[in-house]
Amino acid sequence: MNVDELLADRRAPAVGHLLSINDLDREGILEIMRLSDAFAEVSERPIPKVPALRGRTVATVFMEPSTRTRLSFETAAKRLSADTMSFTAATSATVKGESLRDTVETIDAMGIDAMVIRHHASGAPLRITQWTRASVINAGDGTHEHPTQALLDCYTILETLRARCAGEGPGDLSGLRIAIVGDIKHSRVARSNVLAFAALGAEVVLVAPRTLMPASLEGWPVSATGDFDAVLGELDVVYLLRIQAERLGEVLLPSLDEYHWRYGLTRARAAALQKDTLIMHPGPMIRGVEISPDVADLPASLVTRQVRNGVLVRMAVLFHLLGSGEI
Amino acid sequence: MADRERTTRPTGRVFVARAQVMDADEVRRALMRIGHEIVERNRGLSDVVVVGLQTGGVFLAERLAAILEEIEGVNVPLGSIDVAFYRDDIGLHPVHPEEVTDLAFDITGKTVVLVDDVLFTGRTVRAALEALAARGRAGAVELAVMVDRGHRELPIRPDFVGKNLPTRRDESVDVSEQGVAIGDLVAAERDRGAR
Repeated sequence: MNVDELLADRRAPAVGHLLSINDLDREGILEIMRLSDAFAEVSERPIPKVPALRGRTVATVFMEPSTRTRLSFETAAKRLSADTMSFTAATSATVKGESLRDTVETIDAMGIDAMVIRHHASGAPLRITQWTRASVINAGDGTHEHPTQALLDCYTILETLRARCAGEGPGDLSGLRIAIVGDIKHSRVARSNVLAFAALGAEVVLVAPRTLMPASLEGWPVSATGDFDAVLGELDVVYLLRIQAERLGEVLLPSLDEYHWRYGLTRARAAALQKDTLIMHPGPMIRGVEISPDVADLPASLVTRQVRNGVLVRMAVLFHLLGSGEI
Repeated sequence: MADRERTTRPTGRVFVARAQVMDADEVRRALMRIGHEIVERNRGLSDVVVVGLQTGGVFLAERLAAILEEIEGVNVPLGSIDVAFYRDDIGLHPVHPEEVTDLAFDITGKTVVLVDDVLFTGRTVRAALEALAARGRAGAVELAVMVDRGHRELPIRPDFVGKNLPTRRDESVDVSEQGVAIGDLVAAERDRGAR
């Protein structure tokens, strides 16, 4: 055996990962939805905890700032009785110059079953699968994907429709028209959501100024428009993305005020929606840019529901990966 | 004899019946007898609640609760639990919850009659006991099953049995409204049209 073979042989590859929505097919997404229902029931108990992943260890490795996603994953792991290990770039040896690979191998050496990774570089989670025996879960990588966000968004829509029809809701999103509005080009949330919404049968329309639209939409199951007002009346869901103020420096947007005027969900636009159109946002929400302050508090706004469901869906993902050893 | 087929998630294997061991009437009579035994054992039904194990035990629990109400003329609380998250084989092979637990009442101090279709290794019952303990401290837990097929791996025994049915380990037992059948789980791809 030469050195390359020895290196290639070091890792047992048999574990499942969740790097992209494409790692789940339609059935896989629906299985996560079913599991999330079971964990919704668990979460309503006086002691919202089950012993399912007793003795397993879940490490959260966040090389980019995040509060809700990391807390959501850690809460999910704890409700499954798994042990958690938390790593953030600011408080680690990374600041001393340790490479990502050495960091990952160090954590792996402590004996972990799953690694939840957020990284500013697209593709970092895929690379990490070569450096660890654990299941790798992508919690957002660069401008690539954020699959658990998409899964929790699908769950939130399905749950809301089901509550509306007294339990007899649809099994998937077929027939729904969903607009994703904002910085599509830089959004990993948009990328995962396009794949997940389309896999469940929804019709997706992307709404953004030309500068914030990807250079090509070839192969994407979507339509696109620059005119938000033209599609308002026919939407079942409006999904707003955060406008990252740092993008202003790249001369992609004239000003936040202009963005708000053309693409923000203002009170006037909210009034032009159908009365049962759902309003969603992955957070953190910047009131006064992508959404008017008062619109964010309308009953149609599912933002806090999305956060609550984030824990359930991440329990489902952890259980699906560690509980069955397959995805 | 008509094949009764049942697809099991997540393996996608299909149950194919080989022999019918109880018909619908025999299941009904067995449930009736178990109902009377429960009333006799507990000297009435005060504090008795019925909990079906998802998914096979649920329809039996529903029918048993109806029978108990008929016998004693009192309302018997009825619930169901899914024990997937309490199993001891998580990670060994795929474990999936079948249905959402529905236990709307407090079990503390109650006599819980757990109902399942088939008692085999006893591991599902062990998981169910842990799931119940997470909900409260039952005064007592009793176990009613339609079929006890042997091959126990844990010190668990049923209190009420529809039928003791000697089986081979690799066989499968199916309990439904239509009765009890013994057969095999076969891969779904297999052409069953030839049967």
